[in-house]
Amino acid sequence: MAEKFDGIVVGAGPAGIAAALRMAGAGMKVAVIERGEYPGSKNVMGGILYRQPTEELVPRFYEEAPLERPITESRLWLMGDGNVVSIGCRAAAFAEEPHNAYSVLRAKFDQWFASKAVEKGALVLCETVVRDCLTEGDRVVGIRTDRPQGELLADVVVLADGVNSLLARELDMREEIRPDRVAQAVKEVISLPPGKIEDRFNIERGEGVSIEAIGDATRGLVGTAWIYTNRDSISIGVGGLLEGVGHRRLRPNDLIEHFKGLPPVRRLIEGGKTEEYLAHLIPEGGYRSLPRLVGKGVMVVGDAAMLVNGLHREGSNMAMISGKFAGEAAVEAWKRGDFSRRSLEAYVDKLKDSFIIKDLKKYSRALPFFERNPHFFRLYPGLVGRAVAEFLTVDGVPKREKQARIFDILYERGRWNLYRDLYNAWRVLR
Amino acid sequence: MRLEDKLFLNRYRVDSESHLAIKDPDTCRGRCPDRPCIYVCPVGVYEWLEKEGRLAVGYEACVECGACRIICPFDNIAWRYPRGGYGVSYKYG
Repeated sequence: MAEKFDGIVVGAGPAGIAAALRMAGAGMKVAVIERGEYPGSKNVMGGILYRQPTEELVPRFYEEAPLERPITESRLWLMGDGNVVSIGCRAAAFAEEPHNAYSVLRAKFDQWFASKAVEKGALVLCETVVRDCLTEGDRVVGIRTDRPQGELLADVVVLADGVNSLLARELDMREEIRPDRVAQAVKEVISLPPGKIEDRFNIERGEGVSIEAIGDATRGLVGTAWIYTNRDSISIGVGGLLEGVGHRRLRPNDLIEHFKGLPPVRRLIEGGKTEEYLAHLIPEGGYRSLPRLVGKGVMVVGDAAMLVNGLHREGSNMAMISGKFAGEAAVEAWKRGDFSRRSLEAYVDKLKDSFIIKDLKKYSRALPFFERNPHFFRLYPGLVGRAVAEFLTVDGVPKREKQARIFDILYERGRWNLYRDLYNAWRVLR
Repeated sequence: MRLEDKLFLNRYRVDSESHLAIKDPDTCRGRCPDRPCIYVCPVGVYEWLEKEGRLAVGYEACVECGACRIICPFDNIAWRYPRGGYGVSYKYG
C-alpha cells in the first residue's frame, strides 16, 4: 500500500519549498520530491534574490540564510560598436538593512531554504524523479517516482518541477513550450578575492553590484547579459531567446565567451578562475503562456507555470509567492476536506489579485513586440553609444551642427521609424 | 575558454544509460538539414557524424536544460530527466 500524504510537492526550488513551508507550517503532512542530490543541485538563476517576497516565507531570513552580497548598486549597460553607455543607481536605501535584494548561489541558498521546510515538518526526499502523476479519472491522486515501489498518494500535488514541467505537459495543463517563448541562459561562476571585487566594482565590503547589459552583450539577441558580485566570486551570464540562438547558430558557450571578452567585462573578471559552467531555460512567454494553473487535486507554480517577468529580472520572487499562494490554497482545502478544482481555484484568485498576474498582463505584448523588432537589441544600443560619444567629442564643430549629427545617428532607420518605434515601445511597456 | 575545459569543472554523476534518445535517426538525416539541437545545446551534447549520417548523443555532459527538446523541429528527441541523483550536480548554482 502506497504511503499517503496530505500534500506532495514536486521540486525543491523556491516555488516548491514555499508551498511546502505553508502546508507543513499549518500541520499538513507534506513530502517534497527532488530529483537532485540535494535541493539546489539542479537549480540555476542569474543570481538575484529579493528580500520582501522572501520575508513573506521566512521573516528575517537574512540573519541566517547563505546570501552573497546585498545589491547596493545596479547598472544598465547599452553596448554596441565598441561603445558602452552606462546608467547606474546607488540608492541610499539599498545600502541599509533590510536590503532590497541579494546576490545568491542557488545550490547553497536552496539547501538552506529547504531546511526551513524540514524544520516545519516537511519530508524532503532527494535523488528521486517523479515520472508521472497518478490519476483517477481527471483527478490527480499521487505520483509515481523512479524508485522501486515508488508510488506516493496525496490529496493535493503541487507541481514545482521547473520550466520544462513534463508533468504539467503530461496532464495537458500546458502546451508544448515554443522556442520563441523561452530563453537559453548560460552562466559561469568565476572566483575572485573579495578585495579585488570591491576595488573593481567600486564598493565596500558588504556591498554588491548588479549589471545588466543589452546590445552587443548578447550579440544583438533579444535578451540580456549580466554580471553580479558574490562574496568571493562573480556570476556572469548571457540569456537570449532560444529561437534566435538556434536560428543564428549562436552557440551558448560562444555567446558567454563573447561577452566575457568585451573590454569593460574582461577587466572586471581578469585573473578570476571559472569554477562552474551552468545553463538553464527561462520561461519568457509570460501571460500568453500561462498554463491551466489548477486541476482536480493539482496546482502548478513557479517556472512550471511560466511565472517570470523577464523585463524586470523577476522570477524567484514570483516562484516563492506563487508557491506561498498554492500552499495557502491547499491548507484551506485541507481544512474544508475539499480538494476539488473549485476549492483549489483560491490559488488562481490569489495570483490574479497579486502583482504576479497583473505584471504579466501588463507586459503581455512586450516580448512579441521586441521579437518583431529585433533592432531594439541589435541596433539601438549601438546608436545610443555613438550619439553620446558624438555629444562628448570636442572637435570644433558648432553645437547646432553637432546636434544635427546626433540626430542623424539616431535616425539611422529613418526619422519616422524611430518615432514609431518609441511610440510602440511605450505602448507595450506602459 | 574552451567548452571542453569548462565541462571538467562541473560535477556529474554519470548514469550507464542515456536519458536522451533520437526517436527516428532517419528524420535527422533526411528531413533536418539545420539540426538546431547542435547549436542550442550549451554543452555540445549533439554532434553530426557526416560519415555515418547520424547524430552522436554525448548525454554524459548534459546539464538537463531542455533546449534541444524544444528547438527540435520534428519533436524527435526523447528527453527525460536522468535517474534520481544522476546527471549534473551544481556546487554553486
